[in-house]
Amino acid sequence: MNQIAHSPHAHAPISISKVMATVMLALAPATLFGFWLYGWPAINLWVVSLIAAIIGEAFVVRWQGRAVRPVLMDGSGVLTAWLLALSLPPFAPWWIAALGSLFAVVICKQVFGGLGQNVFNPAMAARVMLLISFPLEMTTWIAPAPLGSAHAPSLLESLRITFLSQPIDGMASASLLGHVKTEFTRGIGLDQSLTGYFSPLHSMVGERAGSLGETAAVLLLLGGAFLIARRIITWHAPVAMLAGVAVPALLFNLIDSNHYAGPMYHLLSGGLMLGAFFIITDPVTSPNTTLGQLIFGFSCGLLTWIIRTWGGYPEGVAFAVMLMNAATPIIDYYVKPRIYGRDRKGAALPVRKES
Amino acid sequence: MKLFNLRGGVHPEGRKDLSADIPVRVLPLPKLLFVPLQQHIGAPATPVVNVGDHVLKGQLIAAAQGTVSSAIHAPTSGVIVGLGDHAAPHPSGLPVPTITLESDGNDAWITTETVTDPFALSAEDIAARVAAAGIVGLGGATFPAALKLNLSRNSGVQTLIMNGGECEPYLTCDDRIMRERALEIVEGIRLIALAVAAKEVLVGIEDNKPEAIAAMQSAVKGSEVKVVAMPSMYPMGSEKQIIQVLTGKEIPAGGRPADIGVLVHNVATAFAVQQAIRYSRPLLSRIVTVSGGAIKAACNVEALVGTPVQELIDFAGGYSQPAARLVLGGPMMGQQFSNTNVPVVKGTSGVLALTSQEIGQAEASPCIRCSTCVRACPVGLLPLEMAAHIRISNLAGAVTLGLKDCISCGSCSYVCPAHIPLVHYFNYAKGDLATQERAKLKQEATKKLAEARNERIARIERERAEAAAKRKAARAAKEAAAAAAKAEVV
Repeated sequence: MNQIAHSPHAHAPISISKVMATVMLALAPATLFGFWLYGWPAINLWVVSLIAAIIGEAFVVRWQGRAVRPVLMDGSGVLTAWLLALSLPPFAPWWIAALGSLFAVVICKQVFGGLGQNVFNPAMAARVMLLISFPLEMTTWIAPAPLGSAHAPSLLESLRITFLSQPIDGMASASLLGHVKTEFTRGIGLDQSLTGYFSPLHSMVGERAGSLGETAAVLLLLGGAFLIARRIITWHAPVAMLAGVAVPALLFNLIDSNHYAGPMYHLLSGGLMLGAFFIITDPVTSPNTTLGQLIFGFSCGLLTWIIRTWGGYPEGVAFAVMLMNAATPIIDYYVKPRIYGRDRKGAALPVRKES
Repeated sequence: MKLFNLRGGVHPEGRKDLSADIPVRVLPLPKLLFVPLQQHIGAPATPVVNVGDHVLKGQLIAAAQGTVSSAIHAPTSGVIVGLGDHAAPHPSGLPVPTITLESDGNDAWITTETVTDPFALSAEDIAARVAAAGIVGLGGATFPAALKLNLSRNSGVQTLIMNGGECEPYLTCDDRIMRERALEIVEGIRLIALAVAAKEVLVGIEDNKPEAIAAMQSAVKGSEVKVVAMPSMYPMGSEKQIIQVLTGKEIPAGGRPADIGVLVHNVATAFAVQQAIRYSRPLLSRIVTVSGGAIKAACNVEALVGTPVQELIDFAGGYSQPAARLVLGGPMMGQQFSNTNVPVVKGTSGVLALTSQEIGQAEASPCIRCSTCVRACPVGLLPLEMAAHIRISNLAGAVTLGLKDCISCGSCSYVCPAHIPLVHYFNYAKGDLATQERAKLKQEATKKLAEARNERIARIERERAEAAAKRKAARAAKEAAAAAAKAEVV
C-alpha cells in the first residue's frame, strides 16, 4: 500500500494550470479581435511576448536549480506575457515586447520568489516600466486596419514593422484618452474634442486606436462574465473597480460636462475593462477577503479616474493597480472574516442561554 | 421553518447513489472478533473477563473506567481467546489493547428485559441505562452519550438537534437507517428529549435524502419532534454548522453546545438508545457503508463491533479494480488504513476503497493566494495565512489567526487549486500545540515540586537551627544556674 495520506481523500476537479487555461480561454475572444483589427504586427508582438517569457522563465528557474517543467506548465508566465501583450501598442517594436516580458517574469515574479510571491502585478509593472522608459514607442498608436482591408499590412510588411521598426505612413492615430488630454492642453473642451472621436457603440465593439487587446470592451466583459460563471474570479473586485471609475465620473460630469467626461467614456476607454476583469482579479496581488476585494477594486477605479482626470498621463489603470498592489497587505491585515463563535475583534461570543 | 445562512462550505460529488438504494443486510457472523478497549473519546475500558471465559451476546466484557469512558460488550456469544494487542483502525495500524472473541456460532443472548413503557422511566434512569449499554456518538465523534445527556440535563436544553445531515460523500448509513428504522429512531429521539427535558426537538436532514425525510416525517406524526430539510452542503453535518443552520446560534469559541442550550445527537445514536432502553440491548453492531469506485457492489451492512474490515469488503463482492486508497469513514474527514484486518468499531461509518481518479491527488504547487480556501472555510478562517505561518513553525501566529477554531473539515484542502494539504498542516500544528502545552504543564508541575522541596529543606534546616539554639540556650541557662548555685555555696 502506498504512502499514508491525510484527509480529504477527494478533491475538486481543479488545478492551477486549469485556472490559468480558463483565464486564457476567456482572453481569447478579445485577443483574436485585436489580431483581426490590427493585423499581423499585433500577432508578431503577441508571439514575441510569449516566447520571451517562456525562455526567460526557463532560464532563471534553471539557474535557481529548480525543476523547469512544472514551473512552465502552470501557465502563469505565459498568462503574464499574454496580458502584457494585450496592453501594448499593436505596432510596437519587438524589443518592447521582449523586454517587457522578461521584466515581468524575471524581475517582477521570479526575483520576488516565483509564483504567488510577487507584490506587484507583473504585467502592469512591466507596462509601467515600459511607459516610463520608452514613452515614444509606448504611445505610438495606429488607426485600425483590419486583416483583409486595403490598408492592412501584409505579413512581410508586418515583419518590417515589428522587427525593423520601420515608420508607418498615414496610419498614426491617437488613442481616445490621449487625444482628449492633448486637446485639453490646447484649451479645447470635451464638447469639441469628443465630436467625431467618441461614440459609445464604437468603443464597445472596440474598432478604434488603442492597445492590442484593450479596445474590445464587450468581448472583455464577456470573458470576465465567463470567468465569474466558472467561479475562477468573483464579481466583487471588477464591479467595484467599474463603480470606482463610474461614480466620480458621473458626479463630476453632472457638475461640468465640458471638462469632465461621463461614465460611459471612462468605462469604455483605455485598459479599464481588461484591468477590471483580468488584472485586478490576479489572486496573488489582490486581497483575500470579499470586503478587501471591494475596497481594493473601488480604490483601483477611483485612482484610475483621478490619474486620467488630473494626472500627467492620459491613462491610469496600470499606475492605479500598482499603487493598490502595494496597499494589499495592509488591507489583508485589517480586513479579516469574522470567525465562528467569535465577535469581529476575535473575542469569544458570550455564553447565553434562553429558557 | 426558517433556516439560517452558513458561511462557506463546499459541494463535493455525492456518490451516494452507489449504495443509497440497497436495503441494509446483516453481515454473516464472523469467526473471530477483535474488540478494542478504546472505541470512544476518554479512558479505555477495563476488561472484566479472562482468556478462556465463555461469554454470551451482550455480556459486559470491559467496564467503563473514570468519568469519560464507555462500557464494551460481547458482540456475540463465544469464547475469549485473547486479551492482547491487535492492529488499530487508525492510519498507523499500531497494535492497541484488544479483546479477541471466537464466536461459537450460536449468537446466544444474555437474558434481556423488555420495558413496556420506557417513557415512565426517570431522566436519570434513562441516562444510566444508556451508559450501561456502552452507547457513544455514532456520527463519528464517539463521545460517550450518557455523559452528554447528564451534562446537558444539568445545564438545561432549549433545543435538541438530531443530526441526520450525513454530508460526507459516499456514506449512506444514516440515510438507510432513517429509511428503514424511522419509528425506532423517533422513539429514541423522544427518550433522549425526555432525558434532557428538551423544549424543542429538531431532526435536520439534508435535502439530498428525500426518502429519509419522508420516512422520518411520517414517523414523527403526532409527536413534538420536527423534521427539517436542510440544503445539501458540506460540512452541514458538523455540530457547529447544523446548530447554526437550524437555530442561527453559534457555539462561543472554546465552548460546548450546552453553553447556548443546545444538544446534538446523531440519528443512529437515537436508534441505539431506543434498543438499549426498550430491549436492554447494549450497542453491539452498527450500520457501515461499504463503497467507493474500487468496490464491486457497494452496499450498507449491519456489522458487529470487532468484525475485521476485510469481511465487509468480501461481503460487498471484493474489489472491482485495485484500490488506490482505503479509507475508514467518509472521504472528507475519514482516515486512511492499509491493514484490512482492523476491526469495525462503534465509530466506523464507512469502509471506502477509492480509485486514484476519485482521490484526485496531485503534487502540491505554490499557493497563488486565490483565497478559494477563505471562501470555502465554514468557520471564517484564513487557511492560506495559517498554513504559511505553520510552514515556518510560527504556531503562535497560526493560533492568533484562529487555528484552535478550525474544525478540520477539509473544505479548504478540497478546493485548493494548488492541491496544498491545508488541513494536514492544521492538524499537525494542533498536535504540536498539544505536545507543547503538555510539556508546559509538566514543566510547571516539576517547578512546583522543586519549589516545595527547597522549601521543605529550608524548613528542616530552620527547625534544626532553632532546636540547636534552644539546646544552647538551655545549656547556657543550666550553666548559669549552676554557677549561681556555686556562688551561693561559696
